[in-house]
Amino acid sequence: MSVELEIHDSQGLPTEEMTLNMGPQHPSTHGVLRFIVKADGEVMRRAIPDIGYLHRSIEKIAEKVGWHGFMPYTDRVDYVAAMACNQGWAMAAEQLAGIEVPRRGEYCRVIAAELSRICSHLLGVGAMGMDMGAITPFTHALRERDMIMDLLEELCGARLTFNYMRIGGVAWDLPHDFVEKVSHYLDHLEPVIEEFNQLLGYNRIYVKRFADVATVDADMAIAWGLVGPNLRGSGVDFDVRRDLPYSVYEDFDFDVPLGSGEMGSIGDCWDRYIVRMREMVESIRILRQALAGIPEGPVIAKVARNFKPPVGDVHVKIEAPRGEQSWYVSSDGSEYPHRVHIRTGSFTAMGIIDRLSRGLMIADLVAVIASMDIVAPEVDR
Amino acid sequence: MQAFLDTLLGDAVGLERQLGYLAGMVVFGAVVVFGFVLPFAGIVTWAERRIWARIQSRVGPNRVGPFGFLQWLADGVKNILKEDIIPTVADRPLFRFAPYVVMVGFIAAFVCIPFSGDLIIADLNIGILYVTAVTSVVVVGILMAGWSSNNRWSLLGGIRAATQIISYEIPASLAIFPAVLLSGTLSMQGIIGEQGAAPWQWHMFHSPFTLLGFGLFFTAALAEGNRTPFDLPEAESELVAGFATEYSGMRSTLFFMAEWGNLYVIGALVTTLYLGGWQVPQFTYNPVLMNLAQMGVFLGKSLACVFFMIWLRATLPRVRVDQLMALCWKYMVPLAMLSVFGTATLMVALPNGSHTLRMATFAVVVGVVIRFAFKVRFHLKRSRALDYSSLSTGASQGLSS
Repeated sequence: MSVELEIHDSQGLPTEEMTLNMGPQHPSTHGVLRFIVKADGEVMRRAIPDIGYLHRSIEKIAEKVGWHGFMPYTDRVDYVAAMACNQGWAMAAEQLAGIEVPRRGEYCRVIAAELSRICSHLLGVGAMGMDMGAITPFTHALRERDMIMDLLEELCGARLTFNYMRIGGVAWDLPHDFVEKVSHYLDHLEPVIEEFNQLLGYNRIYVKRFADVATVDADMAIAWGLVGPNLRGSGVDFDVRRDLPYSVYEDFDFDVPLGSGEMGSIGDCWDRYIVRMREMVESIRILRQALAGIPEGPVIAKVARNFKPPVGDVHVKIEAPRGEQSWYVSSDGSEYPHRVHIRTGSFTAMGIIDRLSRGLMIADLVAVIASMDIVAPEVDR
Repeated sequence: MQAFLDTLLGDAVGLERQLGYLAGMVVFGAVVVFGFVLPFAGIVTWAERRIWARIQSRVGPNRVGPFGFLQWLADGVKNILKEDIIPTVADRPLFRFAPYVVMVGFIAAFVCIPFSGDLIIADLNIGILYVTAVTSVVVVGILMAGWSSNNRWSLLGGIRAATQIISYEIPASLAIFPAVLLSGTLSMQGIIGEQGAAPWQWHMFHSPFTLLGFGLFFTAALAEGNRTPFDLPEAESELVAGFATEYSGMRSTLFFMAEWGNLYVIGALVTTLYLGGWQVPQFTYNPVLMNLAQMGVFLGKSLACVFFMIWLRATLPRVRVDQLMALCWKYMVPLAMLSVFGTATLMVALPNGSHTLRMATFAVVVGVVIRFAFKVRFHLKRSRALDYSSLSTGASQGLSS
């Protein structure tokens, strides 16, 4: 990281590059991200991400707490969408041991995971608005999110770190009236999403701030390993739920929204925003089908308390709200996993920021971080 | 003011009379500053938080006093009691001095802001020019604060404020011209005196050009007052707190007092120039009653403007620096020129003004407002139709009840 101290401006006068320290305590870095910004006035030359402020050794903890005991820790991998991480861990362990999850259990998982996805996207798009200076959409998004949290609280007793899933199924069956309550809520949410788009998404100032900013084309997105909504925002048609189906996603009929450059070019910040909004609508569709088609039966398979999967490696991919989450789990046949590795969406999104930030303005860096929906704990784990 | 003092001073002459005028102005000025300006700046923070809360489906401050009305006092006391931290590397004299410059720039504007037909601290013959001049002093204070903090976020905030306020001074000053041209005077009371009590007699509706001038002046004034969508100097999500990042306690309170108090200055200027000021129909010859009515009308109009600004702040995102500058130089300055020359041409072509044009402009504006009101009503109705009570599902509800 060499710092060019003496630069000459257009008239040949010597100027200095300004190094700004953005974070770890900064209002728009959502948690404890840090960027070292090299700026020429308002224009950035580079923004170098500095990660590790929220590293909690979650992968190492897995090797010490055992298979069942690790489930609550997975909540903390991405605490904005804990259900997805629960599911990834449960699926990895089940694949190792060859456990068949009861169908009702899979449906419960999908319902919980999709509710959690809506929850996470609401926070994400709300924060995008707030980072652009619009305070109201954020509170509106949180209002809707709160109701999902109420629902999830009924389901599993927690509002943020759910610890709902178990190896072999889920901890509890759906509570009384849950199906009706969720469908009632979905009827309510659908117009709200449209209203949210009118309030924020198509607002002229917002479009001006987001369109054509930090464009990532399809090749670049693949090359930098972007995943999930960030990848689809660049127009790459890939969704793990559809293309490498897991759980019971094959049963459902849903579309994969893609960025199309409506307001600017394909893969700009606005595309990443609208992809998230439309994904919520698709999640509502999935939820409706899941609620209608949920079978009767047990929700959890019989799994030994002293769970010891056979020796082997497994690689599981799930579609978390922040993109494809890969779980690589290696077992040596003991009651503790030999090695766990989690590859998350925010981590790769963080990598591309250095490249994207060159030549943008400082205010745009905020837009890029927001539109990538980076959540600090998921970067560091 | 002078006429009012004349009645009080009776037959005093010479120096005595001049001293009498001076004393009257000082007393009234002190009453305005301590009895109106400073409490207003506090109360408007409370009002803003309550209005925001309403817009954002929250409750807002509701603990201190009825409807949380005394929240501003509690906050003020808290801020004054807080430690006044000055960074070690800061330029101490500048750092300490900056908030006062900002305060001076903001309070000095009240010298020329009328309250009613007779109540104005000093009706200078260069009134509006004076106000634009002193409000620019604020930028010096902000730049001082940004520079002396020795913090790069503060510096960026200070520089942003300087570029923004100086640039927007131009369209703002140009947009004052149509009203000045129509009145033929720079004095605040003179400008108001040329307008009538009925809405279509306001300068705003004189012609499409003055309507344009009104819009431009309001927008430019928002930018000069660092209000959303132009609140870049203290853009929270970008620059932490902009030029005020390193300030704490009373000094930061002074900055914020100036900022919120500025809302009233903007509202009062818009009201004076384009919205007919304190004009009310002559319903009585009792000067006290008349003045009270005028005061009510003027305050009402100004507060409506303040409400509008708070509403905007709760709704709009923030523009980017380059977009801000582009908006100023590419759109607002040429449009302001158009507004000035259009008004001037019209005044030459139709020296007595055109009643039809006035009424047509008025009708168009009323139409737009009514349409907007219907749209708002439609959205409100739809959002009320979303039944939240039946949605409250979870155990959290059970806990609270």
